[in-house]
Amino acid sequence: MSVPLEHDYIGDSSMEKTGDVSIITPQQKSTTKLVSSLSMNLKATELRLGLPGSESPERGDGSSAELCIGLPSSKSSVSRPKRGFSVAIHGGSGNWVFSPGAGGPDNNFSSPRNNPVAANSEQGQAPKDSGLPPQSSPATEKKKAQAAGSGAGPASKAQVVGWPPIRSFRKNTMASHPTPKNSDVVEGGDHNPNSGGSASSTSVCLYVKVSMDGAPYLRKVDLKTYGGYKDLSLALENMFSCFTIGQCGSHGVSGRDGVSESRLVDILHGSEYVLTYEDKDGDWMLVGDVPWKMFIDSCRRLRIMKSSEAIGLAPRAFEKCKSSN
Amino acid sequence: MDLSPKQSSPSESTRFPDEVLERVLSLLTSPKDRNAVSLVCKDWYTADSWSRRHVFIGNCYSVSPEIVARRFPRIRSVTLKGKPRFSDFNLVPDNWGADVHSWLLVFASGCPFLEELRLKRMRVTDESLEFLALNFPNFRALSLLSCDGFSTSGLATVATHCKNLTELDIQENGIEDLSGEWLSCFPENFNTLEVLNFSNLITDVNPDVLERLVSRCRSLKVLKLNRTSSLDRLQRLLISAPQLTELGAGSFSEELTLQQHAELKYAFGLCKNLSVLSGFWDASALNLSAVYPACSRLSFLNMSYTALQSPELASLLPHCPCLRRLWVLDSVGDKGLEAVGANCPSLEEIRVFPTDPFDEDMIHTVTESGIVAVSQGCPKLHYILYFCRQMTNAAVATVVRNCPDFTHFRLCIMNPGQPDHTTNQPMDEAFGAVVKTCKKLKRLSISGLLTDLTFKYIGEYAKNLEALSVAFAGSSDLGMQYVMEGCSKLKKLEIRDCPFGNVALLSGLERYESMRSLWMSACNVTIDGCRSLAREMPRLNVEVMKEEGSDDCKADKVYVYRTVAGPRRDAPPSVLTFSGL
Repeated sequence: MSVPLEHDYIGDSSMEKTGDVSIITPQQKSTTKLVSSLSMNLKATELRLGLPGSESPERGDGSSAELCIGLPSSKSSVSRPKRGFSVAIHGGSGNWVFSPGAGGPDNNFSSPRNNPVAANSEQGQAPKDSGLPPQSSPATEKKKAQAAGSGAGPASKAQVVGWPPIRSFRKNTMASHPTPKNSDVVEGGDHNPNSGGSASSTSVCLYVKVSMDGAPYLRKVDLKTYGGYKDLSLALENMFSCFTIGQCGSHGVSGRDGVSESRLVDILHGSEYVLTYEDKDGDWMLVGDVPWKMFIDSCRRLRIMKSSEAIGLAPRAFEKCKSSN
Repeated sequence: MDLSPKQSSPSESTRFPDEVLERVLSLLTSPKDRNAVSLVCKDWYTADSWSRRHVFIGNCYSVSPEIVARRFPRIRSVTLKGKPRFSDFNLVPDNWGADVHSWLLVFASGCPFLEELRLKRMRVTDESLEFLALNFPNFRALSLLSCDGFSTSGLATVATHCKNLTELDIQENGIEDLSGEWLSCFPENFNTLEVLNFSNLITDVNPDVLERLVSRCRSLKVLKLNRTSSLDRLQRLLISAPQLTELGAGSFSEELTLQQHAELKYAFGLCKNLSVLSGFWDASALNLSAVYPACSRLSFLNMSYTALQSPELASLLPHCPCLRRLWVLDSVGDKGLEAVGANCPSLEEIRVFPTDPFDEDMIHTVTESGIVAVSQGCPKLHYILYFCRQMTNAAVATVVRNCPDFTHFRLCIMNPGQPDHTTNQPMDEAFGAVVKTCKKLKRLSISGLLTDLTFKYIGEYAKNLEALSVAFAGSSDLGMQYVMEGCSKLKKLEIRDCPFGNVALLSGLERYESMRSLWMSACNVTIDGCRSLAREMPRLNVEVMKEEGSDDCKADKVYVYRTVAGPRRDAPPSVLTFSGL
């Protein structure tokens, strides 16, 4: 199923802050409405069964996990952006903070809620519409397409029924973070006659790969879980701090007064990494230029680049980060 | 123990009166002891039959309800298990069987004083639940684990009609979750509940109803909320039920104000008796800190529904000095497991589940280092379930050297047939080390690239093994033969995707009648092989589940079990039953 992700654009106040934002034209509405979990004001979410590209859940044959994959509950995706207890990174995030000490006591609270959980709706992947064999494991079309596309041998593994041996219930729970069928955050939704264990759909999640130069492996983050560039930066920083020199202190419960802004500002100036992303057109762009919503719409993957490689981007980034969100 | 002076014959003068014998035997509760007692002589058999209160039936088709009711007319509590375990992984068709209704019909007349029913992997309809609620006036405790076929309406009838209900435990079922109304069906004056677990239901229950119920059930010890329960609600419930010993929190992701956080923390602090904590979907680190005051007596922590990161786990564990059992997701990483090793000296059981079992791009969040770290810090470890993507023979050997008392060793290397990633060798030596070192081993699940050598080790050393789970392993029939010949205490064997054929199947002839069951799927067994087995062993049921479009002579899925009830008559058309009778 290859319906690409499309968004409704909801203009909100966050866009006004960026001086040079261009007019956002709402993209064509797709049949899939997404939750804008990032607007601070919106709490209501629109529930819909089925990710773009997935079929509606059939409980019995275990394929219900297809539906559920990688969807954060909209509850949590509403609350997550507000979870940044540490003070925001200076200025928006063109230049990306990366420092040995940064993984400090905040690690506890800033650890990203990027559920590494399953199937992403990674934009840019052209999922093949492979009809699933009836007893296919809940490894979905996306997974197969991904596996096949990446040329990794595991394409056949993705189709092994009942392997790894995890109970359907646990698979569905972890994969979906299902929101309750009859209500979401605020209003009640419809009662879905589907049997329990399969979740109704909530917002679509946007899992994108994050690579860092020099790190042995990649990560995935769900862009929908962040409120803005600050949250994303902080989360990525925490995720990859173990690869930078110096240790990450990771103990201790810190309160909201944990991090001082001045420390982060200092770090920024000494940062040796730059955060970039690949957009829909395949171009590598500096993170932070465009409004957050536009960014998550067009971002296909992230790359933490060494500053030395980011020549030509950096100066612009500095200006941008001062004026941008 | 006075003997009646009227008894004159020698045999009678040494007999206990029946009542005395029953009284003495009733002090034995373990089913194994009871079974042994019943074999001593006819008197003891009879005394046991009359005094047995609890029956455990590990395979519902091994016996018929009529036989059970006839032999144990006064039972109060029944535990029934139905489908083969691989039905948890969608390997068994939905209509396979194990319907509880026929049992209820028989018990209604034969054992009407039934009080407790615990079902696992059975089919249970709403009709059956209603029948249960209406026909057993003393019914008190219902536990449904991994069952399917019912809806929340069935729960509603139980709540409505079971006046003395003390336990309602609904876990991980294929339940049709229509609404949370069922909770409101408990009568307003109902107050006997001690265990309430609805953690896996999705629809929301009425919070006021729940609060009132909890506050009037003063004996409530176990409360497991579902995901939709808010923290606010949880806080109020804790305040009204500080006597809880087991708590399943709901979702834990809400943003709390400082005030709310303090209130929640205070509420947790009131619960001095908590020994089991679970739930915690989407737990945020800050919210978790509210739980710390309740952790001082915690013995079992189940965090397997939330993707905890290592710092969060590391902050939480020091507050749980008595921890004996821990379930987590692999999101905690090796670092998190190091924290486990460092903070949990009393740990006996650890289970690490995969956050994302199907995404092979994911980083290897737990590796061999994690499991070694745990073993180094937790010498009392005897139960492990570990899902990982890489392992080494050396690491497993180290683990069992550190913890030789394993009784349950379940290792799942998630990529089938994966070798030791440092040496590229099969994982034979790993499991060899396990069976050689852990003399008390009762349950073993193996994975990775494995040759017949693994099975040779198992057959030779795992003399106490009762349950073995095998997937994508072995090189020839010899593998299974080693196990069938060597493991004299084997009770359950489940095999999938292994190159074992009829020779292997038939090598177990001597063994199957002392086992509960054998499962073989996607192996090389044929229908003829199954027929031979059935012919040789008339007291086994040999069932073959055919898949659509498969070869006519192949036995895709084979399920063999001993039975005194003969071939079953409720099998669906896709299940062929071979019987020697």
